[in-house]
Amino acid sequence: MAEPKVKYDRQLRIWGQQGQDALEKSSICLLNCGPTGSETFKNLVLGGVGSITIVDGSKVEAGDLGNNFMVDESSIGQSKAKCVCSFLQELNDAVKAKFIEEYPEALIETNPSFFSQFTLVVATQLVEDAMIRLDRICREANVMLIFARSYGLTGFVRISLKEHTVIESKPEHFLDDLRLNNPWPELRRFAEGFDLNVQDPVVHKHIPYVVILVKMADEWAKSHGGRFPSTREEKKEFKELLKAGMFAQDEDNYREAIDASFKVFAPKGISSDLEQIINDCAAEVGNNSSDFWVMVAALKEFIANEGAGEAPLEGSIPDMTSSTEQYVNLQNIYQSKAEADFLVMEQLVRSTLKKIGKDPNSIPKGTIKSFCKNARKLKVCRYRPLVDEFNSPNIPELQKYLADEDYSTAGGIYILLRAVDRFAANYNTFPGQFDSAMDEDIPRLKSTATGLLGDLGCNGATLAEDLIHEMCRFGAAELHAIAALVGGIASQEVIKLITRQFVPMSGTFIFNGIDHKSQLLTL
Amino acid sequence: MADTSSQPSRSRDLDKLLLRPGNLVGATFEPGPELRDALQEDFVKVLVVGAGGLGCELLKDLALSGFRNLEVIDMDRIEVTNLNRQFLFRLEDVGKPKAEVAAKRVKERISGVNIVPHFCRIEDKDISFYSDFSIIALGLDSIEARSYINGVACSFLEYDSNDNPIEETIKPMVDGGTEGFKGHARVILPGVTPCFECTIWLFPPQVKFPLCTLAETPRTAAHCIEYAHLIKWNEVHGGVAFDPDDPKHMKWVYDEAVKRAELFGIPGVTYSLTQGVVKNIIPAIASTNAIISSACALETLKIVTGCSKTLSNYLTYNGAEGLHTKVTEFERDKDCLVCGPGVLIELDTSVTLKKFMDILEEHPKLQLSRASVTHRGKNLYMQAPPILEEMTRSNLSLPLLDLMDKVPKDVLHVNGTTVKKDEKVTCLRKLRVVFKGVDGVADMDTAGGA
Ligand SMILES: [Zn+2]
Repeated sequence: MAEPKVKYDRQLRIWGQQGQDALEKSSICLLNCGPTGSETFKNLVLGGVGSITIVDGSKVEAGDLGNNFMVDESSIGQSKAKCVCSFLQELNDAVKAKFIEEYPEALIETNPSFFSQFTLVVATQLVEDAMIRLDRICREANVMLIFARSYGLTGFVRISLKEHTVIESKPEHFLDDLRLNNPWPELRRFAEGFDLNVQDPVVHKHIPYVVILVKMADEWAKSHGGRFPSTREEKKEFKELLKAGMFAQDEDNYREAIDASFKVFAPKGISSDLEQIINDCAAEVGNNSSDFWVMVAALKEFIANEGAGEAPLEGSIPDMTSSTEQYVNLQNIYQSKAEADFLVMEQLVRSTLKKIGKDPNSIPKGTIKSFCKNARKLKVCRYRPLVDEFNSPNIPELQKYLADEDYSTAGGIYILLRAVDRFAANYNTFPGQFDSAMDEDIPRLKSTATGLLGDLGCNGATLAEDLIHEMCRFGAAELHAIAALVGGIASQEVIKLITRQFVPMSGTFIFNGIDHKSQLLTL
Repeated sequence: MADTSSQPSRSRDLDKLLLRPGNLVGATFEPGPELRDALQEDFVKVLVVGAGGLGCELLKDLALSGFRNLEVIDMDRIEVTNLNRQFLFRLEDVGKPKAEVAAKRVKERISGVNIVPHFCRIEDKDISFYSDFSIIALGLDSIEARSYINGVACSFLEYDSNDNPIEETIKPMVDGGTEGFKGHARVILPGVTPCFECTIWLFPPQVKFPLCTLAETPRTAAHCIEYAHLIKWNEVHGGVAFDPDDPKHMKWVYDEAVKRAELFGIPGVTYSLTQGVVKNIIPAIASTNAIISSACALETLKIVTGCSKTLSNYLTYNGAEGLHTKVTEFERDKDCLVCGPGVLIELDTSVTLKKFMDILEEHPKLQLSRASVTHRGKNLYMQAPPILEEMTRSNLSLPLLDLMDKVPKDVLHVNGTTVKKDEKVTCLRKLRVVFKGVDGVADMDTAGGA
């Protein structure tokens, strides 16, 4: 493992050396380096991706100087890809930067295999037709793809790949895995070693809340036919019992126990999200299955057998009022159980690998360990092929968006962003691209959008006149602030996809720079 | 209408927005070449506060949004750990003032843009410095600094006799902040939308460990580190202030934390964590800064030109779990000490400036000590620098009414220290001073003081 670089310190604190290694191994390609593409890649080069390839066939014009920081006066007339590439290289010499002076549309048409060399492709400012072709190529080659587009004060970002699985989804708020209402023997025995009525006040106020709750929950269950508090009244009563157990008002451990009592009320077993993952048909593994799904198959077996309905224990506990010694003891109890669960899981993974004819040791121990630790937080993201969404979007959903107060503007922008491409295919210019045609372009765009809605089977839906007018006013302008924003979002998603950490967005993100009421649309 | 796109113009794209009439625009929007050119005039000046992750982006975004006159203020020097996101800086710039390098780099690439750097603390500038700008864009990472600038911007705000804000005195601010994959951008129009202080609860105070936990029952690596940093350091180095930027000091704290962790059997003390805990490091990445800054720059352009609707008034962005954005319309706190009409103080005509300062110190809401007092831009008393203190010292024994040119009711600005959550902070307060028993006061409206 390479020594962590000081200059990456602030991001290593987010995605760790493992995430950084993934970035440094990646090879990413940019299609079109206007401001949207340039800004996306600026953020990625700073973060230290392995290599970048910039594809753009255009030459720098005066107008580019007004919206793209990566070109300057000396660039006029030169290859835009070359100028942007040399500026990006200046930002981080650890990145291998190269450029290809060619139009992306031509490359998509003539050299589809070109794209298979990359980890990920960011396609900016492409029109619909080219997007659909590229999507097909990248899916076939298993190359991750992100589309980004800025258009006047609007824009969109869309991820496209068959499937993205995440082990380290790192949710910000997630229920601790404490098993307070389902303690295993060692935890139960540990709790039994404490007396909640101990006379020494110093000892009493240092009993960890986990112990208090395990004991109180157990006591409750004994007097309630094995059930735990479930109604609002019962929960209140349970909290009152905790309060009654306090010796003095300043006992932080009891206050923590009351605050954490909802962890006793949480249902046993796995969440519906995890249920869905273990029952996914991809969990029926075969020789082509990915490591992730092999481990899911093993997890399914674990839950059904050794786990008795639970996933492997996570093994970490939050900080809580306690003496150092008892806290460390408690930590060890959780860690030992997690280790034991991991060993079972490891066996299950190895035997699953063997069953499907793979090397039983092909998945490293560390990966299985991380999988166990994050088993309750697994994420699977799938994205519809673009051609499917474009030809047969989810109509009830689209109609809902167009009629909903919070979504109608974003829904309208979605339709209009597609309508402008149709417009361009018909009239060879974008609506409002030329001042002289503004007056006729507005009704033309309106009828194009209405036609599109009709073709999709969304008859009767209307778009706000104001929005149609604004779309014409934008005239396909690529404004720097919008490009930086859309590019910023695209680069965040790239990082999540490459590091395989955190959860990438789903659906299409419609950026609304008019009042910032942007939305994610799932069509 | 001229066919702008057929000319090779630098403002090719921006012209679409600024030269054409629109339907979803601000009330003041007057599209045309004059509007575009006005952005380049001397009277449209934007101040960027902070030349860090957000500030670098803001300077670029504003310069490429048609603004020509920018100033930037930052007291920091460039560090290696800035380079993963502060794209205007290179390795060879480490140690140089951020404001100066940032201004130079943007000027080099965008011809015609003028950026004046100020390498100093925000408190070092006179209040009048800040009044010069059409709008102030904040790219800061500290609550205290935001609070200070907010106080300054709100001090310009004047209310009419009906307690409505006078439009010409509103100094708009845009403010951004990020942490990891999350961030916020907001628009503050003092007197109209909530100021920073109105919604201070959005920034909960940092949790501190109880000293008895550190001293007696440490459980986590952070407890061991804070023990070494807050307790052991003083025990051993009594008198020597801990300097988080001195690597020797940091290494000492780390070594002590390791010893303590070993003693108690606590895992997880690393040098990186030690730095994180001691310096309260907030993780930061380029992409989030880009998103938040560009939202702020966009709103700046909208406020100045009216070219679209404005963000009303608080945008949150969270990209950690999927992608969530939300716009919240927060409301003003009508009793806000900072953006309200000002704290009303009634005085006898005989009160001297010194006595007035004593009153401020004892005032339960203000608790203002070490006050520097200005009246309509005139320094009545200044605590610093020493030369100004000496020049204004003789005013202390004079009646305040005389110092205020016998105006019986007027606004004073007081800069000083106040107590907030048991800590001393620098602040700027606007006070409405009324002298009792002077002609003309009786029939003036003195209600509504907060
Ligand atoms: Zn306020």
